[in-house]
Amino acid sequence: MSNTEHPAHKACWSCKGPVEVSALFCDTCNAIQAPGQLDHFKRFGLERSFDVDIDAMEATYLKQQQQLHPDRFASKSGREQALSSQQAASLNEAFETLKNPVSRAHYMLRLAGIEPEGGEGHTVNDPELLMEAMEMREALDDADDRITIDAMIKDTRKQARACEKDLGQALDQQSYDVAKKLTTRLRYLMKMTEEARAKKSRLAAA
Amino acid sequence: MALLKIHEPGETPLPHEDERQIAVGIDLGTTNSVVAISRGEKPEVLRDKSGGNAIVPSVVYYGDDAPVVGEDAREHINTDANRVVSSVKRLMGRGLEDVKSVAGTLPYDVEVPEGSDDGAGEPMMVRLNVGGRVLTPVEVSADILRALRARAEEGLDKPVEKAVITVPAYFDDGARTATKDAAKLAGIEVLRLVNEPTAAALAYGLDNGAEGLYAVYDLGGGTFDISLLKMQKGVFQVKATGGDAALGGDDFDHAIAEHLLAERKDGGAADSLDASDAKRLLKTARKVKEGLTDQDAVEVSVDLNGSVTSHTVTRTAFEAMIAKLVSRTIAITEQVLDDADILPEDVKGVVLVGGSTRVPAVRKAVADLFEQEPLSDIDPDEVVALGAALQAEALTGGSDNLLLDVTPLSLGLETMGGIVEKVIDRNTPIPVAKAQEFTTYQDGQSAMMIHVVQGEREMVDQCRSLARFVLTGIPSMAAGAARIRVQFNVDADGLLTVSAREETTGTEQEVAVKPTYGINETDMANMLRDSMVHAREDMEMRVLTEARVEARRNILAVRAAMAADRALLSAEDETSINNAITALETAMAGDDRDAINEAAEALENASRPFAETRMDSRIRQALAGQNVDEVN
Repeated sequence: MSNTEHPAHKACWSCKGPVEVSALFCDTCNAIQAPGQLDHFKRFGLERSFDVDIDAMEATYLKQQQQLHPDRFASKSGREQALSSQQAASLNEAFETLKNPVSRAHYMLRLAGIEPEGGEGHTVNDPELLMEAMEMREALDDADDRITIDAMIKDTRKQARACEKDLGQALDQQSYDVAKKLTTRLRYLMKMTEEARAKKSRLAAA
Repeated sequence: MALLKIHEPGETPLPHEDERQIAVGIDLGTTNSVVAISRGEKPEVLRDKSGGNAIVPSVVYYGDDAPVVGEDAREHINTDANRVVSSVKRLMGRGLEDVKSVAGTLPYDVEVPEGSDDGAGEPMMVRLNVGGRVLTPVEVSADILRALRARAEEGLDKPVEKAVITVPAYFDDGARTATKDAAKLAGIEVLRLVNEPTAAALAYGLDNGAEGLYAVYDLGGGTFDISLLKMQKGVFQVKATGGDAALGGDDFDHAIAEHLLAERKDGGAADSLDASDAKRLLKTARKVKEGLTDQDAVEVSVDLNGSVTSHTVTRTAFEAMIAKLVSRTIAITEQVLDDADILPEDVKGVVLVGGSTRVPAVRKAVADLFEQEPLSDIDPDEVVALGAALQAEALTGGSDNLLLDVTPLSLGLETMGGIVEKVIDRNTPIPVAKAQEFTTYQDGQSAMMIHVVQGEREMVDQCRSLARFVLTGIPSMAAGAARIRVQFNVDADGLLTVSAREETTGTEQEVAVKPTYGINETDMANMLRDSMVHAREDMEMRVLTEARVEARRNILAVRAAMAADRALLSAEDETSINNAITALETAMAGDDRDAINEAAEALENASRPFAETRMDSRIRQALAGQNVDEVN
């Protein structure tokens, strides 16, 4: 193995000269490039860890959107407009994936070669969790005033935060079986919070 | 802005460079429209000839001569009501099914055209019967846009061909496409469709240098929008948006009109209204509403079917009539706050947009929810156009500000049992590209129906159907073996393109989502031919401009490469490249697109050896580095 990485090069579509495959712009002619296969963490200059400073990442995201967004290319050629749209879309995808803890965990599991639960063809096989989810749903069905629902939301959010903490540890220690289970649990908790909120606004509207 | 260029006689200037950069902002509203221009980040509305009114009522009169737009058209309501079209924005991109829900509120006949079943069972956009003429909402909107364009050209004394046009954030794909089509008909190139609340925030943000979370409450004539924006370091980021595409000040007018009719009925008058009566009554109702902004009570007389009645409408009575409508906007606002996980007290300022926010009851409801007085120092009728003008300037002249918008509604596909599988959730930042994999459910299935829908509900029939197409040529496989990847792309205008691909064979099909609610390309081409003599020239001009832009980029790129790797450039290559550049520049000064493209290709050929040398050199460097590492 070489200890210095030599980034692969491709020909820039505009000046035809060499450009790094993951470069956003050609350093010779400044033309915007097609998005390369860039790891979402690398894109934001982050370590591959579950613990992400969202505000710092957002600042980087906004700085990059300032350069890549189609609005910056409105008077450029059609090809540059199309590339900018692709770049901005990949940047959005990277940001959205890492911003949300569940999709961030899914992404990290996939990077490790593990298919997370709950995707196509994957049934959740954790009786304890299924029981917990069922109980939460029943409690929500029975709740019919805002105060009860607010308390439920507060409680699920607290649990979600604790779950996130454990999940971060599991991922960083590469305990992927544990991480997989915790990810599914976090997904359920987030979904419950969302449903509780929806029910709350339904009650408010009625 | 480019500086003024002075050309010597005989020297060929790049044609109309300065004029082409003129881009205006247009607020194409349900009730009123406004056009504005921004120079040096100072936006101003363009007023009528006398320098008075900025507002152009979105009303068109189809008399025997050319269509009349605006205040003059409104005058015809009393005399020739069935040839006057108003509030057409409510029909943009709508099929008959949608229109039924607002039927009765529409002061003209709508119909669905012959052959409305386009083979896929999708409803087509409604048409209007206007004094014997059949018109699509797109054509009527195009007439309004033409009038706005004319006003801008007159005010600026220059041709105007580009614009940023605003749409309600909540507008779905069909309505957005219809708006773009209308602009095309009016000879306007749409630089960007911008959401109305976002435009309003832009107008406020630049003036105040605001940072933090802002809510934009936009209640127009026919639509309600609420958006939450985060402003920081010159970036306007839409966090969440919601609304109702069929709720607005028009509904307030209807409430008053119904109230007046009920009072007449109580007094023994049985009215049967024709379209013309309804329009006159609504005009009266609107006057009452406007009067109640400053007065506690308004006296009004109604003259229908030869009987004149007089009425007193108090503000309290009016507020009772509209209470339900107002609280619906508040419920939607709360939902959007929840979506974004934001509490009302986190919101630093509330911006009011739209003429209907002049109604005191509306202001009070908004102030109560956010526990603060809303901002309204920019005229609520003009603020959207001003923001659009700023964005038009930013897109043509560059800017430090950036708008980051989101999808207003979830996009998905129909799966087994009529259930919607969401592919892109609402409030996802755009542009966005997302793919989902599906499989076949029958052995040997050779085709798959792709049905694209928009909306938040779980069942297909409760969502808006955007497009259907069939992916054919799937190779014979067992059920569940085929891998069909459906890709959704939403561009910066919020417009969707969907493609489907069978991964094992690469069979692919793509649709721009517009066939069912928009106008199809043939219709569009016919309409363009009918209504615009210069359509063809315009199109050619655009292609020529694109060729020039591309050629200019080409020259700059080659020059940059020559400067960067001069050492690798042979004298021979330098000469042939420079000659090719000169030839291309000469071609660019002319109007022959083919000549430009040929000269561009010649430059590409001339610079190829140099580009290859540069690539080789970089690869050698990389290999050399690798060898050293391997030795270590």
